[in-house]
Amino acid sequence: MAGKGVITPRKDRAELVVRLQEAQQRYGHVPEEVMAALADSLNIPVHEVYGVASFYSFLTLRPLGRNVIRVCKSLPCYLKSAEMIMEAVQKELGIGLGETTPDGRFTFQLTNCIGLCEHAPAMLINQDPHLNLTPEKIKQILKSYQ
Amino acid sequence: MPQQRVVLKNCGVIDPKRIESFLENGGFKALSRARREMTPEQITNEIKASGLRGRGGAGFPCGIKWDGARTAPGDEKYVICNADEGEVGTFKDRYILEKDPFTLIEGILIAGHAIGARQGYIYLRAEYHYLLDHLQGAIDQAKQKGFLDGFRLEIREGAGAYICGEESALMDSIEGKRGEARYRPPFPTTAGLWGQPTIINNVETLMNIPSIVFNGAAWFSQIGTERSKGTKVFSVSGDVARPGVYEMVLGSPLRELVEELAMAKDVKMVQLGGATGRILPYDKLDTPLAFEAVLGAGAVTVYNQSRDVIDIVYRTMEFLAEESCGKCTPCRQGTEVMAEVLDKFHKGEGSLRELQNLEALSSAMMLSSLCGLGQAAPNAVMDSLQHFRHDYESRVAR
Repeated sequence: MAGKGVITPRKDRAELVVRLQEAQQRYGHVPEEVMAALADSLNIPVHEVYGVASFYSFLTLRPLGRNVIRVCKSLPCYLKSAEMIMEAVQKELGIGLGETTPDGRFTFQLTNCIGLCEHAPAMLINQDPHLNLTPEKIKQILKSYQ
Repeated sequence: MPQQRVVLKNCGVIDPKRIESFLENGGFKALSRARREMTPEQITNEIKASGLRGRGGAGFPCGIKWDGARTAPGDEKYVICNADEGEVGTFKDRYILEKDPFTLIEGILIAGHAIGARQGYIYLRAEYHYLLDHLQGAIDQAKQKGFLDGFRLEIREGAGAYICGEESALMDSIEGKRGEARYRPPFPTTAGLWGQPTIINNVETLMNIPSIVFNGAAWFSQIGTERSKGTKVFSVSGDVARPGVYEMVLGSPLRELVEELAMAKDVKMVQLGGATGRILPYDKLDTPLAFEAVLGAGAVTVYNQSRDVIDIVYRTMEFLAEESCGKCTPCRQGTEVMAEVLDKFHKGEGSLRELQNLEALSSAMMLSSLCGLGQAAPNAVMDSLQHFRHDYESRVAR
């Protein structure tokens, strides 16, 4: 039972995260106009939409590059010299942490554990896992993303 | 008998892309038995009698959870499979999803029959997006074969938040909200997803269900210890020669897993259960892997003698501070303060007074945090203070 004192939940609200994920996929971020439109169509205050969009690390409010690199920084990868991978990526792209290349091709981020620990160090580029990384492998891997 | 395959019995045996291969290996026989020969009450009784406890870390008795949802009044009931495996150093659910998605689906369908649910969700973490098509393919094949009749099973993707592995935050996330922990009671079994009776089980918990239904509770409860029945799947990483997934009979010594199977050498300590888990020094390596000792969700991160304890604990706390949902003060502020203090010790700028503060803060967080994240966040600090106090004291500024 919904229980006494519990406000009847709205099932259509569940759309919100799904729609925000779609926007992220399509535009590389969640544009303000999309948040406003979603607030309108789902009849949710816009600040709540913003609250949800800003909560999740795979949703971003500012534009990212066409390809997002997420190198895992959690302990199992750290133990396998993930820092050398981070350096190799930065050197190859000439950008710092959180930055996007001027041509918009890559954004470089770090991420918490991605569950690829037996293949550490590991990273995701967009949704693709890359395993057992070495600094030497980075150049070749980045080449395949345009 | 350290290793026994219950959960992973099909992994590497069946072709995870073809349902026929699963059927040839006895797949969906337990579901047929459950639907044809067993009432929902008989199923929950069987699960209760098996002694199966949740494999996501908390170890709650599965049959009691199911019975709670089965008997709770509600128009709709839900089964949720928690595949938001985010604990640092855990990858067993990913392995299971890759190698045997069908047994998981079978477990979910039996759960649905047992509690009277017509709808189920698999909440898959965003980091595992590359498994989405594979998992959806398995669901589609099961549907085509008619196993999903009367039941809707959907995948919901996470969006990058560790806290969504916590059951109440997970439900909020499915409902389209920020993934923040809820106040309890009410518990999900009476008022869960959209306020309806809901069970949330870890991937591995559900993987045990078909075997229990098929072989019976008596068979299952022979495996393991008095209070920890069955097996546990462990994810071993860090300073080991053979990192990977291992399934052990509950009660097996940690040493067997770490030194014999994963072939670790020169071990200094093991972090068992990830960021919210426990730290065991080398001389505790004979600890049994069981709920009555230590277990967690099965992350086993091994550190050799070259590693700095304070560095490890600092990084653990930094992770928790980043991933705290921020709803309750003890967790939001506590993890931040702890990370700051640990950073000072890391740099050799700690003080004895701050050591005492860490201890006081730990108890406050354990007692007053809203969910497991904040309650368990001080574990690494408290354990390392107990076993490696000298490492802290040597970093006090002079």
